[in-house]
Amino acid sequence: MTNWITQSLIAATLIIAPLAATPALADDNQTVRLGIDVPYEPFVMRNADGQLEGFEIDLGNALCKRAKLDCTWVEQPWDGIIPGLLARKYDAILSSMAITPERERQVLFSLPYYNTPSVWITARDRDIDIDDKASLKGLSVGVQRGTIRDVYVTQEYGDVLDIHRYGSSQDVVNDLKAGRLDLTFEDFPIAVDAIDFRGDNSPYKQIGPSIKTPTSIFGKGAAMAFRKRDKALAAKFDQAICAVYADGTFDKLMHQYFDYDLSVRPSQQDCAQ
Amino acid sequence: MDQLNAWFTQLLAGNAIFTANTLGFYWNGLVTTVQLVFLCLLLGIVLAVPLAIGRGSKRPWIKWPIYAYTYVFRGTPLLIQLYLVYYGVVFFNGIQDTIFWEVFKDAFYPALIAFTLNTAAYTTEIFRGAIKNTAKGEIEAARAYGMSKGLMMRRIILPSAFRRALPAYGNEVIFMLHASAVASVVTIMDLTGAAYYVYARFYAPFPAFIFVALIYLCLTFSIMFVFRQMEKRLLAHLRPRGA
Repeated sequence: MTNWITQSLIAATLIIAPLAATPALADDNQTVRLGIDVPYEPFVMRNADGQLEGFEIDLGNALCKRAKLDCTWVEQPWDGIIPGLLARKYDAILSSMAITPERERQVLFSLPYYNTPSVWITARDRDIDIDDKASLKGLSVGVQRGTIRDVYVTQEYGDVLDIHRYGSSQDVVNDLKAGRLDLTFEDFPIAVDAIDFRGDNSPYKQIGPSIKTPTSIFGKGAAMAFRKRDKALAAKFDQAICAVYADGTFDKLMHQYFDYDLSVRPSQQDCAQ
Repeated sequence: MDQLNAWFTQLLAGNAIFTANTLGFYWNGLVTTVQLVFLCLLLGIVLAVPLAIGRGSKRPWIKWPIYAYTYVFRGTPLLIQLYLVYYGVVFFNGIQDTIFWEVFKDAFYPALIAFTLNTAAYTTEIFRGAIKNTAKGEIEAARAYGMSKGLMMRRIILPSAFRRALPAYGNEVIFMLHASAVASVVTIMDLTGAAYYVYARFYAPFPAFIFVALIYLCLTFSIMFVFRQMEKRLLAHLRPRGA
């Protein structure tokens, strides 16, 4: 009788023990998987050896070091990047995702870590006035599907421009260069890198001002995104973002990749916890 | 009408995804898909009939090029063919300055060309099989009447071949409808493109794709129904008596 009870107890312990131990283990030296959409130059790209590199890769690794976490990168096309997070394919998104109200319904955002404007690009020899809506009738514009730029163009120019929506930013640039698009509305760094519109000999140019408002569409900047219940993990990365700004790591990385300013310095309040 | 409107408003109240705006996207997508599929099937048949006759020719310089064409287009994925037609043509230097650019500038015509070539290849093989299976007795009887080859083809072989090809062709129509979903990769806002847009905008894969799947299902059943009716009428002579 006693023997039977002892055996049952041992068996029960053996079954339950690993279950109970798992959360404790995970807290210690947890591996955090970061989801990212590749390529998005110069934020992330593959080098000749097939390794990931770029501003966000370096920044992400710096943040993980500050937060004392082991991080691995998981590639995920943009279209499915939030469903992938919710389906636990990775634990956080670090992929130039702008904070927007629609996304806030699905995910928990960290502090913003950078903010860039969006710009209208067209061929150098074209004469287009982006504010004169009547003159835009019938022109085609290319955007990446589901981005804040898609939302802005759809909302502000949906009735005049012919909007072409692409799966990747690369396809937009390809079709602009092919001559299929009159205009593209691009994230500033992508436009600098992939289209090189600032060069003297560039066949492309920016028209109109750089656009950062309304905040209801463009948000406060790009941030990491987490599942809503992972508040502790998000707090760790908030502190890490404050740390890389405070010790100059962010500025160093920024100057390494960009010749313009895309910092959004977190306030004292945000960092005091 | 007012009642219907009120019912509709109530149905849509309290959901952020299926607004009049997104339903408009789906509707435009439906129109585009039906246009694209209908046009490519129509052009496909027009191409496939002469090709199918040529495919059965005894002259090698007619027979083998057609065989090569159907072999290549049935042997490669439609997505690849679409990519080649849409992004590939750009690499012909200076195409932007030729008259062809009017066609290739838009996404619709490259897709239509790729889809037409694809479905024409399959349809050619379907028709060729049906032509080859024409009963020997019918051909002998036609010859005994002194019909020329052309007349025999027009009056005897093709009409009976079309009837025999009908069930297989019905399948090809449905396959083409489903295959047309790849059109969204070249920015065409077809049904799948609309679903992708709603998905990417609201991050809600289930509502976006289940809704579009239901629309495809309705289309498929409508096509099946039409072909069933046609088979009933045109293949009546093949049914057992009294059935």
